[in-house]
Amino acid sequence: MTDKRMTVDEAVAEVTDGMTIGIGGWGSRRKPMAFVRALVRKGVKDLTVVSYGGPDIGIFCATGQLKKAVYGFVSLDSIPLEPHFRKARQNGTIEAVEFDEGMFLLGLRAAAQRLPFLPTRAGLGSDVLKINPHLKTVKSPYDDGEELVAVPALNVDVAFIHMNRADVSGNGQALGRDPYFDNLFCMAAKKAFMSCEKIVSTDELVHGGPLQSLLINRMMVSGVVETPGGAHFTECPPDYARDEQFQREYAATAKDDEAWKAFRAKYLDVSEADYQKAVAS
Amino acid sequence: MTGTEATRADVCALAVAECFRNDGEIMVSAMGTTPSLGARLAKSTFEPDLLMTDGFNLLLRRALPLGAKPSDDDVEGWMPFSGVFDTLWWGRRHVMMGASQIDQFGNQNIACIGPWENPKAQLLGVRGAPGNTINHVTSYWVPNHNARALVAKVDLVSGVGYDRAASLGPAGSRFHEIRRVVTNLGVFDFNTPDHRMRLASLHPGVELQQVIDNTGFDLVIADEVDTTPIPTAELIGVLRELDPQGYAQKEVIV
Repeated sequence: MTDKRMTVDEAVAEVTDGMTIGIGGWGSRRKPMAFVRALVRKGVKDLTVVSYGGPDIGIFCATGQLKKAVYGFVSLDSIPLEPHFRKARQNGTIEAVEFDEGMFLLGLRAAAQRLPFLPTRAGLGSDVLKINPHLKTVKSPYDDGEELVAVPALNVDVAFIHMNRADVSGNGQALGRDPYFDNLFCMAAKKAFMSCEKIVSTDELVHGGPLQSLLINRMMVSGVVETPGGAHFTECPPDYARDEQFQREYAATAKDDEAWKAFRAKYLDVSEADYQKAVAS
Repeated sequence: MTGTEATRADVCALAVAECFRNDGEIMVSAMGTTPSLGARLAKSTFEPDLLMTDGFNLLLRRALPLGAKPSDDDVEGWMPFSGVFDTLWWGRRHVMMGASQIDQFGNQNIACIGPWENPKAQLLGVRGAPGNTINHVTSYWVPNHNARALVAKVDLVSGVGYDRAASLGPAGSRFHEIRRVVTNLGVFDFNTPDHRMRLASLHPGVELQQVIDNTGFDLVIADEVDTTPIPTAELIGVLRELDPQGYAQKEVIV
């Protein structure tokens, strides 16, 4: 089987200006932050990011790489609203496509199933339809004739996810209690890349947790990267909890341009290895 | 908090709990301190069949005190986000959300203040409010009842109110129900012919005029307004066990 190991920088080489990227995880939970940091180093711009958003969207707001955010929410969990995202919204520096959280899931599912849309009741009667004038409703072809929202497929060019464990072929394991929707992000994308805390043998992978934890199979991903701490500062249970102190430091930089410049120089304009060293010290 | 006299926060917690009476075997998702406490009070007393999570992905077989970490012995099931979406679309759920703004028909806004295209203040975003309100029962909690929160018109309809639901016709609105709004001043429902918000009861010590002055629209008010029930000594004991740190006492503005 193909050995798909690569570096984060090799993976993000696939991303060019103006692309739509999908980012797995949820809020400030198991986000593929090593890929996010690599995308910052690469300096790729005019990105559209599709995400259950957290610091991924926030960082791209702060670096000016984000053109458009497509999201169900953008939150740091313990800090309910992502401060860099809030600033970008209030200053009008990004385009936003805001969905109900469940609508967002159906958009991912539609893309994964190669459908143009999936129907739902969610959104009916709310201003989600007003703020997304591109959304249309669809009438049930059956006797009920019910009018439903047709959530368009959230197709993405490249998806990035982070798992606890993986093998070199791209089978991936989520050992935390919530798998989120990382498999759908991979299937909604033309190409997907997976980072993980540790690459292990397929034997170790299969015996390292219940079979249900094998969320990603190798069809779904084109590359695998071992990045210990790759989800930092978001949580990656059971390997580590969220680094709340670091997250607070990051959040505070939204209020202070000088603090953001210092944060960026120390933590983002450096290699992943130097990032991990800076965090450890 | 060790007192045995009922405080305003205790009255609010019981009023929240009453929102879930007769809900039976469905999942309750309560956002925020007083909703969490009230839901736990309901489960601990008159609605033991309610399903509740730890706020993450574990279904817990009993109501734990606010802030307590569940042990393995407290777990009865698994509810990752995929399960939450399936459950809410299935309709076996009653959510209590907050409301930055709410209007007379129960339209709720948690998304932003000012125009969405150019918000004065970006708030949480619509989150799950559109899907929740059109799929299952919803109640609201407002800890600081004032005319900036209870408004004539919300800036962005996140949670769907009765007028919007009615405009969808019988098919679109058939799972929509805003059961109650509990605030620090009183309990409100929509049991009126056109589903306008009605003052259901005033909390003890609150004057009717105080509610009227702090509401940005005309409430439906009966000739005789009830007083919100005061928790018994037994219920106060349960509340003290469920909130030993007194978080809810700090949240509720008297």
